Amino acid sequence: MLSFIIRRMAVAIPTLLVLVVASFYLMQFAPGGPFTSERPLPQQVLDNIEAKYGLDQPTWKQLLDYVGGIVTQFDFGPSYKYKDRTVNDIIAQGFPVTLTYGTISFVLAILVGGALGIAAAIRQNSWLDYFAVGITIGAQVLPNFVMAPILILVFSLWLGWLPGGGWNGGQWDHVIMPVIALSTSYMASIARLTRSSMLEVLRSNFIRTARAKGLPDRTIIWRHALKPTLLPVVSYLGPAFVGMVTGSFIIDTIFSTGGVGYFYVNAAFNRDYAVMMGLTILLGSMTILFNMVVDILYAWIDPKIRL
Amino acid sequence: MSLANLNPQQPKTAEMAEHMAEVKGRSLWADARVRFVRNKAAMVSLVVLILVFLFAFFGHLLTPYDNETIDWNVLGNVAKVGQPSFENRHYFGFDDSGRDLYSRVVQGTQISLMVGIVGAMIAVIVGTIYGAVAGFVGGRIDNAMMRFVDIAMSIPYMFVLILLLVVFGRSIGMLFVGIGLTAWLDMSRIVRGQTLSIKNKEFIEAAVATGVRTPTIIRRHIVPNLLGVVVVYATLLVPQMILTESFISFLGLGVQEPLTSWGALISQGTSTMNYGTLWQLFFPLAFFVVTIFAFFFIGDGLRDALDPKDR
Repeated sequence: MLSFIIRRMAVAIPTLLVLVVASFYLMQFAPGGPFTSERPLPQQVLDNIEAKYGLDQPTWKQLLDYVGGIVTQFDFGPSYKYKDRTVNDIIAQGFPVTLTYGTISFVLAILVGGALGIAAAIRQNSWLDYFAVGITIGAQVLPNFVMAPILILVFSLWLGWLPGGGWNGGQWDHVIMPVIALSTSYMASIARLTRSSMLEVLRSNFIRTARAKGLPDRTIIWRHALKPTLLPVVSYLGPAFVGMVTGSFIIDTIFSTGGVGYFYVNAAFNRDYAVMMGLTILLGSMTILFNMVVDILYAWIDPKIRL
Repeated sequence: MSLANLNPQQPKTAEMAEHMAEVKGRSLWADARVRFVRNKAAMVSLVVLILVFLFAFFGHLLTPYDNETIDWNVLGNVAKVGQPSFENRHYFGFDDSGRDLYSRVVQGTQISLMVGIVGAMIAVIVGTIYGAVAGFVGGRIDNAMMRFVDIAMSIPYMFVLILLLVVFGRSIGMLFVGIGLTAWLDMSRIVRGQTLSIKNKEFIEAAVATGVRTPTIIRRHIVPNLLGVVVVYATLLVPQMILTESFISFLGLGVQEPLTSWGALISQGTSTMNYGTLWQLFFPLAFFVVTIFAFFFIGDGLRDALDPKDR
C-alpha cells in the first residue's frame, strides 16, 4: 500500500510541476505585456512598474519567486488589471461561493445518483428501473450549459418560484438552481454506473452463495453487494470533480453567483494573466490532489489495483 | 477405442465438412451490420443524424437569406416582429442582431459538426498510432510513453485549453489544436490495452510461427482487430468534442463572430430569453440535444454490434 502511495505521488508531483511551469511560460508567450496600453507610458515609468512587480528579473527567477510565494505564504501575487486587488483577494471573495455550491452538488450527485442506481438494480425491469434508466439517458445529454437556461426559463421566467441569478450570501433559493444545473449530468452518470455495477455484482457467485445460505435480501445488499458495487463509482469521482470545477465557469456565468469561475472567465476576457495563472494553479492542483486521493482510496478498497 | 469404431465416423466427418463449405462464412463486419440494423434506437439515430448532416450541407438552399445580412426593420424590435414564420420564410425567426436565425443555425451546425469530427479524427489518428506503438514495442519505451500519458491526463485540460485560447488568440484553429492536444490520450490508452491483448493471442503466435513478417502481422491481424474498438470509441468521441467546443463557445472563448456554433447560439439565446425571444434558445438547443443523443445511441449500438464478448 505504501509503495502504491509513493508511486501515485511520483505521478502527481511531476504533474503539478508541469502545470505550474507550463502555465507560467505560456504567459510569457502572451502578446503584449500586462502594462501595454493605448497611450504608451514613458520608458522610466514602465521600468519602475516592472521593477515593482519583479518583471525586470530573468524569467526563471520570476518563476522561482512566484512558486516560492505560493508555497511559503500562499501568496498568488497582484492582479495586473485591478491595481488595488491581489489574486488572493479574488480567491477569498470567490472561493467560498464555489466551494459551497460545488460541495453540495458533489455530495448530492453521489447520494442521489448512487441511491437511484442501487434502487434501479434491485428492482430490475420494474417501472422504477425504467424511470431511472430513462432519466439517466436523458440527463447525459443535458450538460450544465443546457440545464441552466432551461431551469431559469421554467422556474424563474414561467413559474417565478426562484430568483434567476445572484448569490445573496448563499440563501437557499439562490443555491438550488446552480446545484441542480451543476450536478444533474454527473448524478445521471453515477446512477448509470451504480446500476450496471450492482447488476453485475448481484449475478456473481458469492451473492448466489449468500442467497443459498438463506440470508435476507437486505443483508445481502448492504453487507455483501454494496462495497464491490461502489468500486467503479469511486473511480468516477475524479472526473466528476474535474467536471464540476470547470462547470463552475458556466454556473457563475449564467447565474451570476460570483464564484471563482466568474473571475476566471472575466480574467480570460481581460487578459489578466496573473489572475488566470493563480486560479489555474489553485484549482488545477486541487484537482490533481483530489485525483490522487481518489486513486489511493480506490487502491485501499480494491487490493488488485495496488499491483 | 478401436479403429473399427472410428472408421464409420470418417465419411460422416467428410460429409459434414462438405456441408460446412456450402454455408457461406460471414465476416466480423457483416455480422456486426446485422446486429446494428436490428438495434432500433441506433437505426433511428442514424436516420436523424443523416438528416442533421443534410441540414448542415444543404440547409442554406432552402432559404433566400444569408447568415450575415441584418434586417434593419427588425433590429431592436426582435421580440415583436422577429418570430419564426413560414410566410416571410424566416423559419426560425431572427436572432438578436436582426439576422436570419435559420441560416445562423445552418452555419452553427456546420461548424459544430466539423469541430466534432475533425477533433475526433485527430484523436483517433494520434491516439491509435501512439497506443499501437507503445503496446507493440513494449518494455521500457512503453513504460515511458504511458507515464507521459498519465501525467498529461491528470492535468485539468479545460484550464489548459482556455489558457491556450487566451494566449494565442481565440480562433477555430487554436480550438482544434487545444482539443486535439488532449483528446487522443484516452484513445491511446484503449488502443494500447487492446494491442497488448491481441499481441499475445494464439493466432498471432501462429502467424509468427509460420514465418509471417511483422509488418504483415500488424496490417493483417492487429489493425483489423483494433478497428472495432477504434470505431466505437471514435463515435463516442464526436459528441464529447462537440460538448467541449460548445462549452468553450458558450463562455464566449471559442468560435468568434461572424462564425458561430451551437454553443455560441445557445449562449446568445440564453442571454436574450428575458425579452421573450425564446426561439433563439429553442432551435440551437434542439439541434444540439438531438445530435448528441443520436451520436450516443449510434456509439452504443456499434459497441453492442462489434463487441465480441456478446456472442
